[in-house]
Amino acid sequence: MTQRVPVTLTVNGTEFRREVEPRLLLSDFLRHEIRLSGTHVGCEHGVCGACTIRLEGAPVRSCLIFAVQADGMSIATVEGLAPARGQLSVLQQAFQDAHGLQCGYCTPGILMTMSAFLEENPTPSEDEVRHALSGNLCRCTGYQHIVDAVLLAARRLRESV
Amino acid sequence: MKPAPFEWHAPASLAEALALKAAHGEEARFLAGGQSLVPAMNFRVAQPAILVDLNRVAGLDSVVEENGALRLGAMLRHARLERDATAARTHPILAEALHEVAHPQIRNRGTIGGNLSHADPASEMPAVMLALDARFGLRNAAGEREVAAADFFLGPLTTALRPDEMLTEIRLPALPPRSGTAFLEVARRQGDYPMMGVAAVVTLDAAGMCIAARIACCSAGPTPVAAPRAAAALLGTRLGEADIAAAAELLRDEVEPLGSVQASAGYQRHLAGVLARRALLLAKGRAA
Amino acid sequence: MMDAPRETRQIGRPLTRNEDPRLLTGRALFVDDVELPRMLHAAFLRSPHAHAEILSIDVSAVKARPGVVAVITAEDLGEYWQPGPLLVPPPPIAGMTFRQRCQVPLAKGVVRHLGEPIVMVVAESRYVAEDAVGDIVLEFATRPVLGDLEAAIVPGAPRVHEDLPDNIAAEVVQRKGDYAAARAGAAHIIRRRFWYDHGASMAMETRGIVADWDVKSDRLTVWDTTQAPVVIRNGLAAMLGLSERQVRVIAPFIGGGFGPKMMMFYPEEVLIPWIALRLERPVKWIEDRLEHFVATTHERGQLHDAELALDGNGRILGVRDEFLMDTGAYNPYGLTVPLNSQCTLLNCYDIPAYESRFRAVYTNRTLVTPYRGAGRQHGIFVMERLMDAAARELGLDRVEIRRRNLIPPDAFPYRNEIIYQDFAPLTYDSGNYGPILDAALDAIGHAGFATEKAKAKAEGRHLGLGVVCYVEGTGIGPYEGAKVRVQTSGKVTLATGIGTQGQGHFTAFAQVVAEQLGLDARDVEVTTGDTDQFDWGVGTFASRGAVVAGAATHGAAVEVRKKVLKAAAEHFECAEEDLVLDGGRVSIAGIPERHITLGALAQKANPLRGAVKPGTEPGLEATSYFGPEMGATAAGVHAMVIEVDAETLRPAILRYVVVHDCGTVLNPLILAGQIQGGVAQGIGNAFFEELTWSEDGQLLNASLADYLLPTALDVPRMELRHTVTPSPLNPLGTKGAGEGGAIPVGALYAQAIEDALDLPARGIEITEIPLSPSRLWEIVHGHD
Repeated sequence: MTQRVPVTLTVNGTEFRREVEPRLLLSDFLRHEIRLSGTHVGCEHGVCGACTIRLEGAPVRSCLIFAVQADGMSIATVEGLAPARGQLSVLQQAFQDAHGLQCGYCTPGILMTMSAFLEENPTPSEDEVRHALSGNLCRCTGYQHIVDAVLLAARRLRESV
Repeated sequence: MKPAPFEWHAPASLAEALALKAAHGEEARFLAGGQSLVPAMNFRVAQPAILVDLNRVAGLDSVVEENGALRLGAMLRHARLERDATAARTHPILAEALHEVAHPQIRNRGTIGGNLSHADPASEMPAVMLALDARFGLRNAAGEREVAAADFFLGPLTTALRPDEMLTEIRLPALPPRSGTAFLEVARRQGDYPMMGVAAVVTLDAAGMCIAARIACCSAGPTPVAAPRAAAALLGTRLGEADIAAAAELLRDEVEPLGSVQASAGYQRHLAGVLARRALLLAKGRAA
Repeated sequence: MMDAPRETRQIGRPLTRNEDPRLLTGRALFVDDVELPRMLHAAFLRSPHAHAEILSIDVSAVKARPGVVAVITAEDLGEYWQPGPLLVPPPPIAGMTFRQRCQVPLAKGVVRHLGEPIVMVVAESRYVAEDAVGDIVLEFATRPVLGDLEAAIVPGAPRVHEDLPDNIAAEVVQRKGDYAAARAGAAHIIRRRFWYDHGASMAMETRGIVADWDVKSDRLTVWDTTQAPVVIRNGLAAMLGLSERQVRVIAPFIGGGFGPKMMMFYPEEVLIPWIALRLERPVKWIEDRLEHFVATTHERGQLHDAELALDGNGRILGVRDEFLMDTGAYNPYGLTVPLNSQCTLLNCYDIPAYESRFRAVYTNRTLVTPYRGAGRQHGIFVMERLMDAAARELGLDRVEIRRRNLIPPDAFPYRNEIIYQDFAPLTYDSGNYGPILDAALDAIGHAGFATEKAKAKAEGRHLGLGVVCYVEGTGIGPYEGAKVRVQTSGKVTLATGIGTQGQGHFTAFAQVVAEQLGLDARDVEVTTGDTDQFDWGVGTFASRGAVVAGAATHGAAVEVRKKVLKAAAEHFECAEEDLVLDGGRVSIAGIPERHITLGALAQKANPLRGAVKPGTEPGLEATSYFGPEMGATAAGVHAMVIEVDAETLRPAILRYVVVHDCGTVLNPLILAGQIQGGVAQGIGNAFFEELTWSEDGQLLNASLADYLLPTALDVPRMELRHTVTPSPLNPLGTKGAGEGGAIPVGALYAQAIEDALDLPARGIEITEIPLSPSRLWEIVHGHD
């Protein structure tokens, strides 16, 4: 008999209750159980960073956590970044303005990584941005415009304070 | 790449976790940070029947200092240890090496105990433990035994842990005054397992003479590899460039790199000498 | 005002992208986001061997597993089991050999490469489908593995296809001028052997397919990560015995293409729609990364023996090249990759004589199809390395020898006589190469580099400079189409048949339309890759989207503009010449208050009552097609300054410059992104990425932890400059830019590292790609 475990997760402020198999990856839970498919899956072995979400605020790979482990926890995904429908957050807007994405597949993971990074380091250097970004693979952009976007967002966030 | 089915237990106490492991033995695996185990499960290389999830066990993630010695809880996440002010003061080599361990997202989840129990010979922290002369507290339901890091790593992904045991605590002796440490590695990319890594610890006397030295390497053999002959050669010297070069030359012959997709064994051995020299120079500078 | 607008308002602007808000908020549809009621999930048992006979397949345990719905082997496919099709037939080249063997949906009898699918399992979840794959019991008898190109062509070698006499998949000889005569008159002959390996594209999104057969509408809908939805639609309809009307293929947002998603048909593309139809339930298959490493096509290696004949002044008299090319276990993509290598090798130089022979060789490896650059980098590497060796032999500066041989600006169109991958004689349409080289030298600081290097050396640092030229054949035929329509809202729609994988088509094409129709590009809604919206077309490949579909879009927009002006002239009862089309409305010149909006004109063009003049077509709509007679040739120069740690042999790029000429630029922001991304992939190819195989044909680094894609710390900031030599081949003057960034990087690394470590002075040359610190160590110390 397959074990099923009741879980309650708060995702972007909304509570979701489901019964899941213990082996269900958190990435699959988000994408296919609660249909928040903005979080993308690129490798399922923790290298590419596309599935990065924030678990209790910390960016982590959602492909390396079982959904049952996140029971009772709070999660943030790309769907929760914008202040309202039809709007973009400062970081998202900077990505558009600096052309920081092409196919857009790696972008949600990068946004989740960088949103946490900028909270921790509001005045990053280019080198610090590149180090923080090094756990997220992008195959389209060559990273330059992503780095530009993060630095642009940092500047705008500082100016808006 | 989806994991095979397993039975999941998430005990709230260490006693409960150890009881589960004792009951299920090899059938069960502890799940710590999961940053090595879960990829292996996704690839279905690992298919444990039972997972004992330690993430809800309280009290396993502390950093305790006593006169410069450190006791680290096994479930201490890499990111926390990397930023821990106490550890930075007593054993700065920890943060220096942890910075090279994968990426921030992995370090947010990965744990020191999980990393060491996984015993990947390419991993940085086992080598650092050897260099720091760490001792590990291994517990089962009956009690605890202490094992030196040097006796813990038996082979690739193989440790002295018995089926009912868990690594619960890492004990690092205090570094004597005038000690300097350094960790250096060469990896293909930032965050990759290194092609070679060297951890060096040296202690000088008041006159600048080397009175203690420990060197250990990762990606240098089937386990983390200590280099006692190279270290011994440094004793009684002033760690001059020639002394260090001679020790590095000895170390080149002490490592047994196996070669990998990324590096030939010859290149790895070459790197061991280069990095040993650089790490020792750095450690010496920090010891002053 | 009848013709094009007097000034460009939209084309050439660095407009940010229309598609970004969707992608940035998680609201863009990718294939794996498709969720349908009753949907099933497929997984494949794939060959664990590179070459083996299948002795038995036992699926009995699978069928008993709860949640399993279907288990399919080759036998179960009956008549549906067919190899192929051949996607790209070989061009008409006299005397060539071409032996076609195409991939099969599921292996029957023999497996010829690692990862070749053998059994398909369909279950209620992907988790269960993978469990079930583990239940299958197979017996194999392994066969000798063909991996090494030279070993594979030894007479009597084991064969990949036993019905062929040997492992030669193709042999082509092409000639320009008289090489033998050129060689006889040469003062210098430079001869070298080169190995150039190109890896896997590793798009961040793997492949995926969802197929849904709607019983009540008798229609099949397929979501596919393909670069060529129209071709897939047509092929599926034919294979499944459906009319084209009954099949809709949607290529939604796609997480990177780079070539391998242009390969057709992948076995899964053949199987998933078939099983969905059979089961009358939607079926999803999403390739995982492990599958991607062995089941999605690669590019891989070529072994060249090449020589360059020069006169005493360093002028090239001729080139001779003979190469072997790994084509993998099957060759549905024909000769595209080796022809690109053969043709691109001539580069930007005026070469009077050329003789080139290649043999494509079957091996027990994953199929080879084009991947960004598509063989061009192999040819450029050979030519540029020969030039460097020649410069040394003649005592010339490596820049000077290149400059002496550039095709002069008055020599265009420049005919290379040999046949290109588009079946047309290779002709460079336009170009002006000297200024590109000058700009690159200026930007990289060439004049001061010798001093810079000497100064660094005094500090124990090792700097090297690289300067490499390249050309990029782009924008090939046969054709693309586009349909432009003004809606009654005043917004404009554009539909084209190509797929899009991040190239910014939603924005660049909108700019082309907006240019003609005098409105904001934000008000042009672009649809790509949905056969219900537009179903003529070929696909996004060979840097042709912006050129060919862009030109078709321009043509359609020009037609709609004419209709708009005609309708407005009738409305105002004035001459079309007196009208101004701007800001989404048409007004009378000099009387801006007399105007009518595009939306109102669209409404008038679609009357619901009354009568229209005979022959009137409704709406403000036009469809246009564009097919260039041949490809447009872009060109450029990359330069970099690298610092190499002489002990660890790890390089760090200190400066990187790209000067590129791709004709008219539609959107400089998007162009910059294309170039930067290309360079990043070039860096991966040159220094990080290598598919490593064991003797018995296992792929030893099939994970992203071991197959090394460059990270943000490995790709430097780049300085981009442009020169503009419009192409005469299309109305916008554009040339493609998708691949140029990736093409010259291998040659650049080799040259710069040689320079940094002063290798030639030590008698060492770099004649292979990819490099790594370890490989460099072997090259350098194998020599000492």
